[in-house]
Amino acid sequence: MQIADFTFEPERLATPVPIWRATCPVSDWQEVAHAVAASGGRLVSLWGSDRRVRKAGGYVISAAYATAEGLLCLELRLGQQGESYPDISASFPYANRMQRTIADLLGLVAEAMEDRRPWLNHGAWPADYFPLRHEVTGKEAFPACELQDYPFVRVEGDGVHEIAVGPVHAGIIEPGHFRFSVVGEKVLRLEERLGYKHKGIDKRFEEMPAKDGYRLAGRVSGDSTVAFSWAYCMALESICNTRTPARARWLRALLLERERVANHLGDLGALANDAAFTFGLTQFMRLKEDWLRLNQHLFGHRLLMDVVIPGGVAVDLENTGISELLTQCQGIAKEVKNLRAIYENHAGLQDRFIATGRVTKELATTLGLNGFAGRASGIPVDLRADFGMAPYGGHDFKKAVHRNGDVAARVTVRFDEIAESLRLIRLFATELAPGEIVVPLEAVAETKLGAGWIEGWRGEVFVALESDGEKIQRCHCHDPSWQNWPVLEHAVIGNIVPDFPLINKSFNLSYAGPDL
Amino acid sequence: MLKTLFQIGKQGICTEPAPDLGSDFLLPAHRLRNEILEVLGRSLTIREVDAGSCNACELEIHATNNLYYNLEGLGIKFVASPRHADMLLVTGPVSRNMAMALKRTYDAMPAPKIVVAVGDCTINGGIFGENYACCGGVGKILPVDHFIHGCPPPPIELLKGILTAVRLRYGHPIVQGK
Repeated sequence: MQIADFTFEPERLATPVPIWRATCPVSDWQEVAHAVAASGGRLVSLWGSDRRVRKAGGYVISAAYATAEGLLCLELRLGQQGESYPDISASFPYANRMQRTIADLLGLVAEAMEDRRPWLNHGAWPADYFPLRHEVTGKEAFPACELQDYPFVRVEGDGVHEIAVGPVHAGIIEPGHFRFSVVGEKVLRLEERLGYKHKGIDKRFEEMPAKDGYRLAGRVSGDSTVAFSWAYCMALESICNTRTPARARWLRALLLERERVANHLGDLGALANDAAFTFGLTQFMRLKEDWLRLNQHLFGHRLLMDVVIPGGVAVDLENTGISELLTQCQGIAKEVKNLRAIYENHAGLQDRFIATGRVTKELATTLGLNGFAGRASGIPVDLRADFGMAPYGGHDFKKAVHRNGDVAARVTVRFDEIAESLRLIRLFATELAPGEIVVPLEAVAETKLGAGWIEGWRGEVFVALESDGEKIQRCHCHDPSWQNWPVLEHAVIGNIVPDFPLINKSFNLSYAGPDL
Repeated sequence: MLKTLFQIGKQGICTEPAPDLGSDFLLPAHRLRNEILEVLGRSLTIREVDAGSCNACELEIHATNNLYYNLEGLGIKFVASPRHADMLLVTGPVSRNMAMALKRTYDAMPAPKIVVAVGDCTINGGIFGENYACCGGVGKILPVDHFIHGCPPPPIELLKGILTAVRLRYGHPIVQGK
């Protein structure tokens, strides 16, 4: 594999999407990052591990880069004493929070990085306590204490004031803090502070048997449970060199599309509600409820938790179920089409949507905006189509892409994606091959790296797993919101404060996912 | 506009009857609204706090407001300020980073301060356990009136749980007295 002047001889992981693993010397770390960025690649995830107890091990920093050929997991081996590594935020600004997280969890700092504010550690545990190091169990309890103040960047000038929001918000929303610097109604700057939901999931994985980890992965971000549990299972299956049966692959894709439709339905309703058109909320919530009830009926869980399991899926679809599914898709497609016409002809709604929270393609590229929000800003990346993974390949899959990058574009892309997902669900359901839905995992002799990479409804979900098939040495789950949160800070600049809920909802980012 | 009106007319009313809590409780479900009024003298107001959930419980709490369950139709309303809330609905195993905010929200509430914890992980941390970052259950921080089981609990269980908590605190003596 060639990236600019660097040649890697990577090891191909046994995954249905192309994922490679290679090591990179410290001297090349920054140059490789620069070369990936220059060739149009993206940083998908950045994480650290403590492999000191393993043979010839030490601290390791890993970066997953998306290139035209697939995903390259590059490892930087720091040795036993490693305390720092080169900063790559000059090539990928969105590495900032990931590097600060590595500093909080492992005590390894990115050299020369200016922003060294803690990200996950709010002061509830000591600054020199690093939960992912092997010498700590993670079970250490620290006395309850006041949390630390966070040095937000101040905006100064005539008439500038701050609005502090959160962590407890006014609605039924996840916790996080937003600090707005405002003149009149206009937002000059938004700074986010997240990490309130951090509950030590990385460390928790290390206590679990590998075969059960899919349940925890499925609860990293509840709205993306299918995407995360599938990515986890893909990682474990690649370690165990196990190929899932065709029927299971088709069912997994069908579940992933059902998750996508459920979330888009909910958000389209909520978006209208934030623009004071409550009709939209009631109509879409009704469709979503119908959708979730059929999930419960066919798969035993409204949000499809624990349906994707290692080796396949837990629930089969009977013929009667298939016909219920087809009928529902047809009905929902028609209703969504009607509602779309109402949305598009509603002047008040369009007035709020158009030109609000705009993210240009240039900004989106620099900041790594991904998923449907990236596609709404003209970045035509969709893993479902890009690597032709079964069963997506060969179905004439249409990516939903828009140029404008405003709330209206994100609404349009969501409508388009619902239509496409409904078409795919109908195709997958009618094509289901007979046969098993789950196979046992094969035993492995040694600890290996596995990875999973899935286009969830929000964006790219990535899981890296180090395991011997029995125990989990390290599991890192990456939510696409890592990349997209900083973009929101830019999307609101110059907009009025009352449009923030609308802009925020148009992205609908996860707090639980990146907080872990 | 015509299309909107047509859609509303075509849809009709989808709301389903409130859940019956069974013979443990003496009132039939349709008198629920009156009962809440009798007990509290007003609608039941709820402040929701996510203390580290995976966000699935939030999705289901949102669903209680859809037109099938029609929570507001039963006289139950989510409010923005804890100062206006009778009940605190808490999700998540309580991350240490949220413990202080949760406690402050509770402190800001007026009596009766009913606390309902939603989801299996609120009981003892559930799948997330208890560690340096996770308190391992809402009971570690606040006195909990009632736990609603499920991962996440479906909307109908949420409704039952909310009503059960009100009755546990007030219901029995008043109901039996009538």
